[in-house]
Amino acid sequence: MNTASLPLPGWITFGLIPLINLVLAFFFSGLVVWFIGENPFDALALMLEGALGSGEGIGFTLYFATNFIFTGLSVAVAIHAGLFNIGSEGQAYVGGLGAALVALSLDHYVPWYVTMPFAILGAALFGAGWAFIPAFLQAKRGSHIVITTIMFNFIGAALMVYLLVNVLIVPGKMAPETRTFLEGGQLPKLDWLMALFGLKLGPAPFNVSFLVALVMCVVVWALIWRTKLGYEMRTLGVSPSAAVYAGIPYARTVIIAMLISGGLAGMMALNPVLGSSGRLQVEFVGGAGFVGIAVSLMGRNHPAGIILAAILFGILYQGGDWVSFEMPNITREMIVVIQGLVILFAGALEYMTRPALARLYYSMARKA
Amino acid sequence: MDFFDILVSILGSTIRLSVPLVFTALAGLFSERAGVFDIGLEGKMLAAAFSAACVAYITASPWLGLVAGIGVSVAFSLLHGFASITNRGNQIVSGVAINFVVAGLTIVLGQAWFGQGGRTPQLLPQGRFSPIILPGVEALRGIPVIGPLYANVISGNNILTYMAFLAVPISWWILYRTRFGLRLRAVGENPGAVDTAGISVTWLRYRAVICAGILCGFSGTYLAVAQSAAFIKDMSAGKGYIALAALIFAKWKPVPVMFACLLFGFLDAFANFMQGKSVPLIGEVPVQIFQALPYVLTCILLAGFIGVANPPKAGGVPYTKER
Repeated sequence: MNTASLPLPGWITFGLIPLINLVLAFFFSGLVVWFIGENPFDALALMLEGALGSGEGIGFTLYFATNFIFTGLSVAVAIHAGLFNIGSEGQAYVGGLGAALVALSLDHYVPWYVTMPFAILGAALFGAGWAFIPAFLQAKRGSHIVITTIMFNFIGAALMVYLLVNVLIVPGKMAPETRTFLEGGQLPKLDWLMALFGLKLGPAPFNVSFLVALVMCVVVWALIWRTKLGYEMRTLGVSPSAAVYAGIPYARTVIIAMLISGGLAGMMALNPVLGSSGRLQVEFVGGAGFVGIAVSLMGRNHPAGIILAAILFGILYQGGDWVSFEMPNITREMIVVIQGLVILFAGALEYMTRPALARLYYSMARKA
Repeated sequence: MDFFDILVSILGSTIRLSVPLVFTALAGLFSERAGVFDIGLEGKMLAAAFSAACVAYITASPWLGLVAGIGVSVAFSLLHGFASITNRGNQIVSGVAINFVVAGLTIVLGQAWFGQGGRTPQLLPQGRFSPIILPGVEALRGIPVIGPLYANVISGNNILTYMAFLAVPISWWILYRTRFGLRLRAVGENPGAVDTAGISVTWLRYRAVICAGILCGFSGTYLAVAQSAAFIKDMSAGKGYIALAALIFAKWKPVPVMFACLLFGFLDAFANFMQGKSVPLIGEVPVQIFQALPYVLTCILLAGFIGVANPPKAGGVPYTKER
């Protein structure tokens, strides 16, 4: 019996299978921890304690989650249009330039709530700009978007290092970073939000960008499922030939989808640059663009799923720091292993368990 | 140093920097010509470098290190095959996953085993592949141009370097002159036809990714056991992606792959040489330009401005057998 085409109810496809994949990823992560001689359950308990055990921990968790919501949405929008944007990392990096330029030019004159909309716009424009060339090459010249976006990650990294080392650096300083923004270029923390739940934020950089990220989730949801453009993108994602046959302009839709994707990736820069460090630094993205791939895959490319997955990865990042502090045998890079395993099981081996589950489900259904 | 000495030293380091690219790009060639995209070259290279360094340190034998490097790299190839051939998963996602798992695991295990912040302990000279002085260096030394070129560029490299440049004609021969090669190329263009001829698409593609694993094993071992004397965290530093760029730049053909790798290796060597030096009229050229150039060139090529790069037709598409 070929089980690939048998329909399964939604709770299996969207609930059980992702859950099994996640459990498998964590099982293998646990094996690694056990292999290097630590107790995986202790590590898990420490991780949860570090990420959720205090107001400060939750603040850091949500701060990381904010990054991943932006990059997850970025990847998801592209996937809906059938495009695999591996370039969120580079788009976020260049987006940081847009956000920083706005902050550097406005922070003398206006308060943060005037700077913020322009910073969002600047970040989105620069991020989208960085996605434009790969999008154009895919749409008009048929160059594979995966390859070109990978190339643009590296080109973007080289460009940003050049600008930070040679142009934006504070004269006389060694560190390749811009000057620290004044009050008008820094986003306020959300300590009042934490206080509502009786928690103290402490030094955690949880800031207004989180709310922007939530708004973007709603915007992306409306765009994908409630607009004509979203419908066109989804059609293109399912079958480019059918989309073209139905009169959907291929090149235009591809380019717009990638611009939106790049713009969302760019906005991620808001959180670390304006919300946390208050200056533009080398490598500030720190892999969040790639985490976006895992987040989008786990969240099934839906904004609600992306929020949950982003929080999960936030827990991993913050809790992982805590674990590496308490268990010196486990380094911080354990997070990268878990992330890789999640991408492997939730993405590449997505349908590994499906045939077995389908067989089980249909034999149960027949008996019932 | 006069101009010629500079040229010789840049060419020498071009060769040394090209070797991992040649191995890795050939690995990608086998995989992609069979229709399996491989973003995970970087990860396999890194995994091989780590295991080769560990085993070479423990056994003090670079050859056992090479065996370990190849073994681990092939294991990751099989994982990639399991995900993308058997389970028909997304090949790009699988490659990305492998890169992440390896990037993390090498550091986690390295720290747990050796406690040096993700490094492996320094290898002794007998644990490494050492330079080989080819015969005739002394005899030719007196001859201008040829003498120094022979002594510093051709001779004095380690065995893996010679194997890399030997791997190019061998790969060409396998791909274009053997039955296996013909079938491998066919399965990347039209797997349905290969299946109709009664040949297993699955088994062919598995063999292709195993070839890729073996070659990545060589490149990783070269990094850790020949070029350096230890594994350093993230030591592949994007070379897997540059090799991927070289593969595309060479339009998926073995001999052009070698030249593309030499070109990118030369850019790297030239960038190292130019660091901190200023050019008349222009001033100091930022090193980042040379770092970005391989990627920029590849994008220009992909855009169709330097000939057309046609990837294997069935690349990236899992094969579903009709039932």
